[in-house]
Parts: sequence; structure tokens; C-alpha cells
Amino acid sequence: MGTLTLDAISRRYATTVAVERVDLDVAQGEFVALLGPSGCGKTTTLRMVAGFVPPSSGRILIAGRDVTKAPPHGRDTGMVFQSYALFPHMTVGENVAFGLEMRKVARAERDARVREALRLARLEGLADRLPRQLSGGQQQRVALARALVVNPAVFLLDEPLSNLDAKLRAEVRIEIRALQQRLGLTTLFVTHDQEEALTMADRLVVMERGRVRQIGTAEALYERPADAFVAGFIGRCNLLRGTPEAPGRFRTPGGALLPCLPQQAHHGQVLALRPERIAVATAGDGLAARLVAVTYLGAQTEYHLDLAGTRLLAIAPTPAEGDPRRALAPGDAVLALWDPAEARLLPAEPGDLPDDAT
Amino acid sequence: MAGSRLQRAAFGVAVTGAYGLILAPVLAVIVISVFSQEIVSFPPQSLSLAWYANAWEKREFARGFATSLQLALVATAIGVPLGTAAALALSRARLGGVRGALNTLLLGPLAVPGVVAGTALYLFYVRAEFWVDDDIKGTFPGLVAAHVLLTIPWTVRLVAASLQGLDRAAEEAAANLGARPFTVFRRITLPMLRPGVVAACLFSFIQSFENLELTLLLVGPGRTTLPVAMLNYLEFRVDPTLAAVATVQIALVGALMLITDRFVSLSRVV
Repeated sequence: MGTLTLDAISRRYATTVAVERVDLDVAQGEFVALLGPSGCGKTTTLRMVAGFVPPSSGRILIAGRDVTKAPPHGRDTGMVFQSYALFPHMTVGENVAFGLEMRKVARAERDARVREALRLARLEGLADRLPRQLSGGQQQRVALARALVVNPAVFLLDEPLSNLDAKLRAEVRIEIRALQQRLGLTTLFVTHDQEEALTMADRLVVMERGRVRQIGTAEALYERPADAFVAGFIGRCNLLRGTPEAPGRFRTPGGALLPCLPQQAHHGQVLALRPERIAVATAGDGLAARLVAVTYLGAQTEYHLDLAGTRLLAIAPTPAEGDPRRALAPGDAVLALWDPAEARLLPAEPGDLPDDAT
Repeated sequence: MAGSRLQRAAFGVAVTGAYGLILAPVLAVIVISVFSQEIVSFPPQSLSLAWYANAWEKREFARGFATSLQLALVATAIGVPLGTAAALALSRARLGGVRGALNTLLLGPLAVPGVVAGTALYLFYVRAEFWVDDDIKGTFPGLVAAHVLLTIPWTVRLVAASLQGLDRAAEEAAANLGARPFTVFRRITLPMLRPGVVAACLFSFIQSFENLELTLLLVGPGRTTLPVAMLNYLEFRVDPTLAAVATVQIALVGALMLITDRFVSLSRVV
């Protein structure tokens, strides 16, 4: 086990930049997820760590050792591939034993470690099967066992859950996390599924078009996104274009003046406001809005509001029966209220907002 | 329903017809080989294995069979590794613009008529004999070199097809687990290519074993392949001896295909 350090690694191709100066420190035993839309460079980053893609510049350190120029077989990483990449002509036992064989581990110890790995992966009794005789979930666990049995310094996972059905995915998610914590594995995990990243990782790295947009815990990314892209990518968020006027005041194109966090007026041009932080009321304080649509979702209700031409989504626990808000219908006048501290100004790049034409 | 039944019947007739057309000559050869009379006519006067005995007595057939067998084995043993290496280079090496040209060159022998290639090789051998000051045409090495030419396009095609379906991630996984490049090739790539390589061996062997046109000008006295021996015999006699020899050939190739199919399912690679 060891630490992993990416020091300004980049990967450039003739006409495109796949990864642009990524810096990252993964501590011993930490689980870090690389998260982003497809083509954001997260898989290229992982493949650079594994040694399959040479970085154009920058350094990679595993357990303090510079492995930037080391071949894949000299890096001591354990990788689980999206396709599992099991050896089709070898049994489950031979697949799992392969890494130990390459490390010239003696026969008796090898057998013992393979047995233990198969037990951990709940594959007892399947050692003599061929991969094609296993279910998708079992194949996935063979890939896990094969990568873990060698005690790699760094554990690499490339979208390992994307080929499983939804129910199995939720189970395996918990299993991998439990195994990772029990064995204290330093782990780098690639996914495009934010829920997967939020539930499994200690820290998340949000990437977009080859660059790191923000690194932080799930809570930090959700509560204090660095820019409009992160705010929109992690969870749901109202992202409003307009102009910051006085500190704490944001002018929408329709002319409405929205309260926001005052000290940030120069930080950006986009107002980010989480839908569940907006209260919808029929009387009292708040900004006048018109209800465009109401979606009842059981525990929650979504309110689509029109505030002087600006669309706003509010999500609230469904009010109790008898509450006047239960009777709200499209076209009704309502009041929208939020704590100004919840409305943050964020910088935005072209393409960061869903309605940007890019 | 009636329409679909009619369609199915028509399909059945077409399939049966096609198979009949393909297999009829083969069956005819086998049947004729046991007719007792010299001039083939139907119905046979009686059935006998006399022509097989006759073929056995004519030593040129036995010698031709031995030469063809040796030639096919050696040509396969040389051509398949070369063709496999070529297929790997075609799909993996950085070849840039020459990839297309190389591909055409390697598949070329399939497109050139055998007689043309044979003539060209003959002329080339005559010229080359001056350079090396030794015999090439009519020698076993000369024949092997020519037959390797036959095996390469088949090997390149079959192995390239296998390579296309190969999961590169398995090779990466092996490297990730600590295998050096040659170990990856030996333990992962080659076993995964096995169906293609086995099929390449089979087809190379058959191509070499049954080749007549390319070989015709290159054989020497006392070093004749079976197809050439059969053609020579045909120049003087027409009797079912040839059918008997052909039946043995068919049996050998058929047996090879059955044996191969037990190791790799041929329908999967061809």
C-alpha cells in the first residue's frame, strides 16, 4: 500500500488535449473518485497512472517512487477494467493466480493467497470454472480478486460497475467500499455516475474537458462548488444568468432583484441556488412568482416557478394534507423565499450552463 | 402461413440443391473408385478395391503422397509463424501509409492465378540459380519456398480476423499484473489467437497439399507432388486409379478438418 501523487500530468495528442496539468495527492488508504462527463480525461488519467498511456509532461509517484517512465508491469498497481478483461482461456483460479505467478510467489503461498482472495470475493467453489461460465457479477468479482491478491500499492478501478444491472450495482458499490476500507487500499476510481462517486469516495475530483474543476469531499462540492459546472454536475442546481448589482443583489434579465451572498459580488456572473433551499409559500415574505408546473413525487414535490421571466426549480418535502400548498396548481401566484447565504455567485465558462449553446 | 410454408420449402430445396451441387463430384469420385471396370459406365459391372491396389503398386503415387505430405507440413510450419507475425504487425505496428500496401502484398498470392505465379517463380528460380550457383527449381527447398507463399495469405487473413475480436484489455490486465511484454504475448495473446492460428494451419496445409498449378513447373525428376503425379498419370491413362487416389486425399483432408474441429470450432473462425 502507498500514496499516489500526480504532479501536473498532461496528455496531449496532435490536435487535442486529453488531460491538462492534473495535480492530485491520494493519501494512504484514501478512496478518490475521478468524476466527469465522457471525454473529460478521467480514463486517460487513470491509464497514465497504470502506465498504458505515457504522459506528455508531468510526473507520477507511487509510494514516493517516480514511475513516470516505468512500464505497466513495473508499477505495482492493481487495476479492474470496465470489461473485466479476464483471461478467457484460464480458469478463475488461474486468473487470480496470474499476478502472484508473475511475482514468482512460491506455489504453496500462491495457492493459499488465491484461496483467501476467492473467499473475500465470495467465489469459493468457482476456482475451476472458466470466465465465460460465470455471471456478470461473478466475473466482476474475479476481476477484483485478481487485482487485489497481489497487494498493489495503488488500486485502480475503471468504471467497474457500468456493466452490472442497477440492483447489483448498488450491492457491489457497498462491497467494494467495505473491502477497500478493511484492506486500507489507496484507490483511484473512475466513474461518470455522480451517485456512485458520492456514495463511495472520500474525495472527488471533478474533471471537464481535460482539466480538474474542483477537488473535495462530497459535501464541499455540493455546498461550496467552485464554479457553475461543478454546481450543475453535482446534484441539481438552479443556475441563473444575470448581473450582480449591489453586494447581495443579483439582477435577472427579466428585471427581478434576487437576494444573494453579499461578499461575492465580483466572483462571477452566474447565480447558483439549490432547489431544496428555496421555500415556496402562499403567504408571508418572499419574491412573487408564478407557478408553471407542480410535480408530485411522493416524499417530495417539485415546483417549477417563473420569477419575472426567470425559471426557478424548487423542491420541498410534500406538505401535509390540508396545507394550502397541497392545493397549488399551475398558474397560481406564490412566494419564493431563500436564505441569501444559499445563493452564491459562481464563475462560469462557456458551455458550463445547460442552456448554453455549445 | 401457407406462404411461409412455401417459402420454407423453397429454401429447403435451394439449400439441398446447393449442397448437392457441391458434394456431387466428391461423391462421384468416391463411388467411381470402387467400380471394377476400366472405362467408367453406369451401372457398374461389379464393385472392387482393385484400383486402390493398383494405386498402391504405382510407386509414383506413394512417393508423391510422401512428398506432398512433407511439403505441406514444412510449408505450414514456416508459413504460419511468418503469417501470424505479419498479421500482428499489420494490426499493431505503426505502419502509417504502408499498411494498405503491405496488406495487399500479403494477400496478393490469393489474387494471382497459380499458373502465372508458378511461371513467374520458375523464371525467377532460373535467374536465381545463376546468382547462388546451385539448383533451386526441382529441389525440395525451392518447393517449400513456393508453398510458403500459398500459406501466408490464408494465415494473415485468419489471424487478422482473430486479432480483431481480441480484447486488448486482457493484455493490459496481464501487464498490469506484472507480465513483461513477451510473457503477455506467450501467456495471453497467443492462446487467445489459438482458434485463428489452428485454422490457419489447417487451411495452409490443405492449400499446399492440393496445389497443382503453382507446383507444376517447379517439381523435379523423382520429386513430384501427389497432384502433379496424378496429372502425369492422366496424360497416359484414364481409369479409376485416380479416383482411388483422390478418395484417399479426400479422406485425409476430411479427417484433418474433423480433428481440428474438436480443438477449435471451425465455424467460429472461418
